[in-house]
Amino acid sequence: MSKRIDVKDLNVYYSKFLAVEDVNIEIEAKSVTAFIGPSGCGKSTFLRTLNRMHEVIPGGRVEGEVLLDGDNLYESGVDPVTVRSQIGMVFQRPNPFPTMSIKDNVLAGVKLNGKKISRSDADSLVEKSLRGANLWNEVKDRLDKPGSGLSGGQQQRLCIARTIAVKPQVILMDEPCSALDPISTLAIEDLINELKSEFTVVIVTHNMQQAARVSDKTAFFNIAGTGKPGKLIEYAETATIFSNPAVKATEDYVSGRFG
Amino acid sequence: MSATTTRKTSNDSRNVQNPPPVARKRNSLAKGHLPRWAVPGIAAASLILGAAASTLGGFSVATLAIYTAIIFVIASTVITTLVEGPRQGRNALATNLVYAAFLLALIPLASVLFTVLQKGLPGINTHFLFHSMNGITGAVDNASVEDGTPVLGGAYHAVIGTLLITLWSTVISVPVGMLTAIYLVEYGKNGPLARAITFFVDVMTGIPSIVAGLFATALFAVLMGPTARMGIVAAVALSVLMIPTVVRSTEEMLKIVPNELREAAYALGVRKWRTIAKVVIPTAISGIASGVTLAIARVIGETAPILVTAGLANNINVNVFGNWMATLPTFIYYQILTPTSPTNVDPSIQRAWAAALLLIIMVMVLNLGARLVAGLFAPKKGR
Repeated sequence: MSKRIDVKDLNVYYSKFLAVEDVNIEIEAKSVTAFIGPSGCGKSTFLRTLNRMHEVIPGGRVEGEVLLDGDNLYESGVDPVTVRSQIGMVFQRPNPFPTMSIKDNVLAGVKLNGKKISRSDADSLVEKSLRGANLWNEVKDRLDKPGSGLSGGQQQRLCIARTIAVKPQVILMDEPCSALDPISTLAIEDLINELKSEFTVVIVTHNMQQAARVSDKTAFFNIAGTGKPGKLIEYAETATIFSNPAVKATEDYVSGRFG
Repeated sequence: MSATTTRKTSNDSRNVQNPPPVARKRNSLAKGHLPRWAVPGIAAASLILGAAASTLGGFSVATLAIYTAIIFVIASTVITTLVEGPRQGRNALATNLVYAAFLLALIPLASVLFTVLQKGLPGINTHFLFHSMNGITGAVDNASVEDGTPVLGGAYHAVIGTLLITLWSTVISVPVGMLTAIYLVEYGKNGPLARAITFFVDVMTGIPSIVAGLFATALFAVLMGPTARMGIVAAVALSVLMIPTVVRSTEEMLKIVPNELREAAYALGVRKWRTIAKVVIPTAISGIASGVTLAIARVIGETAPILVTAGLANNINVNVFGNWMATLPTFIYYQILTPTSPTNVDPSIQRAWAAALLLIIMVMVLNLGARLVAGLFAPKKGR
């Protein structure tokens, strides 16, 4: 239930603007990888290229290869829809579907695709996914209530439940805790630790403590200046990045001395 | 203002309880305030002055209202400026002007409703609702006026015609309009084709309704011969008027659906058309429904395009694909313009007002229905 990702010589563009330059990275299966770096350095942009969400933005395109267990996502003939069903994504702001109940939100990946699912299968999938997102006990009595009635932290876990319900190989998280309070953040971090046993997790975060707490490996992205492309500066074990980084810029950033 | 008064009284009572007669300290932040009776007082004074002014040049309710309003606006602005300062004075002026504009806008609405109810209600009865004008001639009207018997003849055929023609034009324009809006928002991406469509939709919004009627007539003259007049031609003419409204409102509604919802669906591996059909449209459906209702309300009262496309009928015709049809607006138009009995016009005028009332009721029911639909489909709130 999880695959590795290898990125080779990836350049990411918005129309003609080169946003991220020449990224090479290997992400192990069943691990948590954190992307850190200053705002605007392209870590979110890069994350979105990993499940072809980047091209949803007008003008978004890439050069290079992203291999999911050896299969290039950007080969011609690859359907982005297939890619996205294998590589799920959790966004910065919780975005449950406002027209759907909690249960329908979890089943969204199945139902929106028009797949038939029996009642009992649906119920067990809902329970399994919500348990997987540590949300079951909080919402089991109100599965038919709208998802938008939950608190922000609960909504974000609902979005994670929705993502794991489609059984992806990889889960991408784009600053999943930046809109949440510390307690909800803790709940999500615990959840990430559990998800690791089944999924490959890649998380973008601005919170370096969070990266240190949850991730096995950390990638530091930086940008030389406004208008310049973002680059992958250093990629290593999280402990190494935070205690003994090889590059001066990384050390400056993680210790709070930058600029 | 009530807060100030209560504070004052409580301070007073405290002074009574605490004997040392310290002079009550004025709040340095507070300025002069008009007492509570100032606004009604100024209003009453303006009314008296207004009445005096209007009697000078021949009294009428209209001049009384106008003079009173002018005097009130000036007096309250000046007094507030003097007592509370220039900023409060400007506030009073703006407040009064806003209320005046509101009342001014309300006058025609209330007047129309009142007149139509007053003149239309006497004509509304089951005979009027469920009979057509078939067989009603000038002689019948003359007889009912001379003998004082109830007015015969009704608008049943026109109600049927209005409902059918509007239904058909809705059936034509809603799919066309919605799909156009979906193209513009979800696929066009502000490209040259999308910009061209937007431009022509804007042009279409301004097309005079009679031109739409002539277009439909000409179109069907080419297709079926020059005498093709029937309900469906009118429906086509009305849909020319409806489509731009539907496109515009649907477009606005689709635009305000957050992009995050689309991305959430894409990230679940949902195809674009399924995302649009099952996430975007359901999220926007309440707004789309009210937009469609507004479009229907815009065309349901059209007269000219109906006259040139569906003609006029006195009998019941439920087939939009054959023979002439009447609608409520054309019914009203002909009852007023060419009364059934040229010598006794009262029955025709009564029928026209009753039909006008029916038309207003239909539009109102439509609006209520749209609110109901909007409420049913709206994204659910609550825990």
